[in-house]
Amino acid sequence: MKQSRRNALKAGAALAASTALPRFAIAQGGTVKIGMSMPQTGSLGAGGQAALLALRMWVDEVNVRGGLLGKRVEFIVYDDQTNPANTPGIYTKLLDVDKVDLLIAPYGTVPTAPIMPLVKERRKLLMGNFSFQVNAKVQHDMWFNNSPWNDATSWSDGFFRAGTKAGAKTTAILAADNDFAQSLANGARTLAKKGGIKVVYDQNYPPATTDFSSLIRAIRAAKPEMVFVMSYPNDSVAIIRAVNEIGLGSQVQVFGGGMVGLQFTPIMSSLGGLLNGVLNYNSYVPGMKYPGIEDFLKRYAARAKDAKVDPLGFYLPPFNYAIGQMLEQAVNGTNSIEDAKLAAYLKKTELRTVVGPIKFGKDGEWASARVVQAQFRGIADKDVEQFRSPNKQVVIYPDAYKTGEAITPFEKARKAK
Amino acid sequence: MIFSFDLLFEAVLFGVLLGCFYAAVSIGLSVSFGLLDVPNVAHPAVMIVGSYFTYVLCSYGFDPIVAGVVLMPVFFVLGVLLYRFYYESFEKRGTEAGVRGLAFFFGIAFILEIALILGFGVDQRSVQAEYIGSSWELGEYRIPYRMLVAFGVALVLTASLTLYLSKTFTGRAIKAVAQDEPALRLMGANPVRIKQWAFGIATGVSALAGAMVIIIGPVEPAMDRIFIGRTFCVVVLAGLGSMTGTLGAGLILGISESIVLMFFGASWAPAVAFGLLLIVLGIRPQGLFGR
Repeated sequence: MKQSRRNALKAGAALAASTALPRFAIAQGGTVKIGMSMPQTGSLGAGGQAALLALRMWVDEVNVRGGLLGKRVEFIVYDDQTNPANTPGIYTKLLDVDKVDLLIAPYGTVPTAPIMPLVKERRKLLMGNFSFQVNAKVQHDMWFNNSPWNDATSWSDGFFRAGTKAGAKTTAILAADNDFAQSLANGARTLAKKGGIKVVYDQNYPPATTDFSSLIRAIRAAKPEMVFVMSYPNDSVAIIRAVNEIGLGSQVQVFGGGMVGLQFTPIMSSLGGLLNGVLNYNSYVPGMKYPGIEDFLKRYAARAKDAKVDPLGFYLPPFNYAIGQMLEQAVNGTNSIEDAKLAAYLKKTELRTVVGPIKFGKDGEWASARVVQAQFRGIADKDVEQFRSPNKQVVIYPDAYKTGEAITPFEKARKAK
Repeated sequence: MIFSFDLLFEAVLFGVLLGCFYAAVSIGLSVSFGLLDVPNVAHPAVMIVGSYFTYVLCSYGFDPIVAGVVLMPVFFVLGVLLYRFYYESFEKRGTEAGVRGLAFFFGIAFILEIALILGFGVDQRSVQAEYIGSSWELGEYRIPYRMLVAFGVALVLTASLTLYLSKTFTGRAIKAVAQDEPALRLMGANPVRIKQWAFGIATGVSALAGAMVIIIGPVEPAMDRIFIGRTFCVVVLAGLGSMTGTLGAGLILGISESIVLMFFGASWAPAVAFGLLLIVLGIRPQGLFGR
């Protein structure tokens, strides 16, 4: 009995030692702290939670691989509630109290913009996260954005090309009253001016707008041939519904452009058939071929189910996972976690990610924009799985990923299968 | 600016419908804050809870309006319990009840918001019904059915509450407690029980208002924040405690917002609500329809 107990203890100790060994090897070298705030509640909360899951996937996987420079990655995240007033305080805490080594920006333009001066002043590297033009004025030289757009026109370019190809000569511009939408609107105005397109309606709406019937009626009265909208998720749904109820007029060739939210699965499935015909921006849609993306999406889908977040995860998760991949390549490539060294590496290297190769320009945005403009077609109500099919969102732009031509006018596109 | 009388007519028409929606979401507050003087800043949060429960019932095949009506008695009971807790913890203790009560209801609003996030996540929720997403075509005009539903519900709620408050014994007691609580006590009535009942009605009405909100558009847990300003504006503009006044104030707000949205630019719309409020308070501090 004594003998067997001793043997059992020995075996237990050996097992404990063997399972603890890899962790011990990492823990011996300390940790690399990566910190960020993420909108987990508020208007960007749904997207933020899906993005966060992808980042957590990378953290888990990199730790299994032995961490960064042999150190375990510790991931510190706070909820900024999609409130830009919260982010400067959170990032100050991350730097001064949590003493993080590396920073990732929160998802979205509005929460990111207020932290740019702080990050520049502290000379910290910041991995951008689907924000738009936040570095245009600050000019921080250690900023690297994961989003597939660069200047203000890159987002609307594909939309205006499709409209003008259909013969449109006038446009309406409707934009939310915030930094992100206003930057986009400026890009659309620039493109309209350059292309000789007359802007017949140009309005901003406040974030607390509850019903868009009057605005859609006013747009209809202006008789535009293109309707370019830049809106946040709640507004996008209300606008799509109001367009379905009030109508835009038979002269409208293309409608959509920069509506945030139409990339999120819960919103796509709740709008169902109302999405048909809408030509809107996206980052990735099924059918686009990148090495590793399908495997990533499979692994993501398994974890998304348990985490109760966006089950498809096409829009933000792959690009957030790519942030981790880029940091990992930079740390391994420089054998350092010093901000300046990592920034120098990120500037000169083409990085391999699940969203394809990424090469940064001087301003820290992508050297070549890759914003997709895709048209919804043949969408049925209450069917999430349909969105995995490549023919439900037909890529109109960019040409390298094109899977079809835009159907115009908008009324015809709504009925197309 | 594009102007035509057709557009102006449509702006007024949409304004009437929007105004009725504002009245429908404010009428519960008109009872709790207007009549009972309870600083119920949690009213919009309770309403959004009503939206989520409507969503749950709709997933079992209920129509959203029917779901709202079914939820009213449940919310009535919750309102009674909530007021009792507020009374025992704050109102009974006297002088600083107002300020501390405000903090209490802010706390309730935050707790409800977090509870919704934990229970349902942060994704938007919406419901389906025949009258959502389609419109009534009258020649050139198209009127969204969902706004007509809000219009109808606001009229029914206003008429029912007005009749209840003026024709029934309890209703008149509620009005009396708002005017002179000590006098009501001298008459042998228990003002606390009357206020408890009235707060229950206000909360019950919020359930139906919540159903209206999810009919008008999708909801998410933090959505109560966009209604706090507008609902208080409607109640104060109306004159505290006036039910028909709440409908009138909602209409004024809705029509002016709609005209501004259509002709002058949407950015000015929030300024209209609070600009109107400031003007009215300057000229008639008791509100447009208050005594």
